[in-house]
Amino acid sequence: MLATLLIVFREVFEAGLIVGIVLSATRGMARRGLWVAYGVTAGVAGACLVAMFAGEIASWFEGAGQELFNAAILLLAVVMLSWHNAWMASHGRAMAREISQVGAAVIAGERPPAALAIVCGVAVLREGSEVVLFLYGIAASGSGSAAGMIAGGVLGVLAGVAVSAVMYGGLLTVPVRHLFAVTSTLITLLAAGLAAQAIAFIQQAGYAEGMEGTVWDTSWLLSDDSLMGRLLHTLIGYTAQPSWAQLAVYLLTIGMILGLMQLVATRQGEVVHE
Amino acid sequence: MRMMCVTPRHEAAIATLVTALCLGLPAIADEPAAINVTIKDHRFTPSEIHVPAGKPTVLIVRNQDPAVEEFDSTALKVEKVIVGDTYATIRLRPLGPGRYPFMGEYHADTAQGVVIAE
Repeated sequence: MLATLLIVFREVFEAGLIVGIVLSATRGMARRGLWVAYGVTAGVAGACLVAMFAGEIASWFEGAGQELFNAAILLLAVVMLSWHNAWMASHGRAMAREISQVGAAVIAGERPPAALAIVCGVAVLREGSEVVLFLYGIAASGSGSAAGMIAGGVLGVLAGVAVSAVMYGGLLTVPVRHLFAVTSTLITLLAAGLAAQAIAFIQQAGYAEGMEGTVWDTSWLLSDDSLMGRLLHTLIGYTAQPSWAQLAVYLLTIGMILGLMQLVATRQGEVVHE
Repeated sequence: MRMMCVTPRHEAAIATLVTALCLGLPAIADEPAAINVTIKDHRFTPSEIHVPAGKPTVLIVRNQDPAVEEFDSTALKVEKVIVGDTYATIRLRPLGPGRYPFMGEYHADTAQGVVIAE
């Protein structure tokens, strides 16, 4: 039961962190709860499908299917996060002003946060498929009681949601006038971290060799497997032994998103002044 | 579409180019050494894998258990699900000398191992 609890907790917590960031980044947007719920539901369904066809997916691309599939959905999330930040750069300030004025009421008629719903879906799909495979493995091998498995699973979900909720609560205390800056930063770092994970998968698949040397090793200070290491891994892409390729992709992604936001904001300014 | 025509002279040129490219990329010509690993009763055999430092290696991991396993190592940057009674090919990047622990994430209490690059 303990093993089930730990694994389920870890995966729910990792997906929950991302959902928490999305919820805080969409504060004040119309029907965001519904969109996030769609994303999470689609993610759970996708996780079951991915787990069911794990063997099938693995056999694609001469055995590199799993890595390329993971890289593809991570990159999808990166694109959606970048798009959201660019969109916020042109609408965010006006929105924040409006939220302050109407006292955090929902802004009617805004574009629904569909891009971020996809990000929630991807996060849940990635972590969820591991949970489904793990639980299926236990059930199939008949080791451990069904009651223990269910108890561990339920407690794991509750604990994971609780920790994510605490983090979301923390983000809620950010004053609305800083919200745009805080969530844009969080989303930029989240996207850069996901892009760095994606390049690791692509290299693992053998599609982009080179720059695989380790830049630094801080595993003595903060290992990827510790709770804090996992938290920072999910939030900002921390890894104790990054490769040069990962570092390069990380920085490039940050540069790309900031450039995009700058571009959109400048254009918006021109339109206003004309 | 005259540009698309490939004359014998072009063919020779292309062949020369391809040969030159292959010579320039020894990594493709050289197949990295493959090491067999099995998972049985949620344990890795061998659980200690020695590889030459600075060279790419390939692990062929056969999961002989009916249960699915995930080969997981943050140090090796590998995360790969291996369905029961199948195998997976895992590419190891050229490693600096050192110890790189790995585990079967779904049975971490028994499925532990280490790659030693030297």
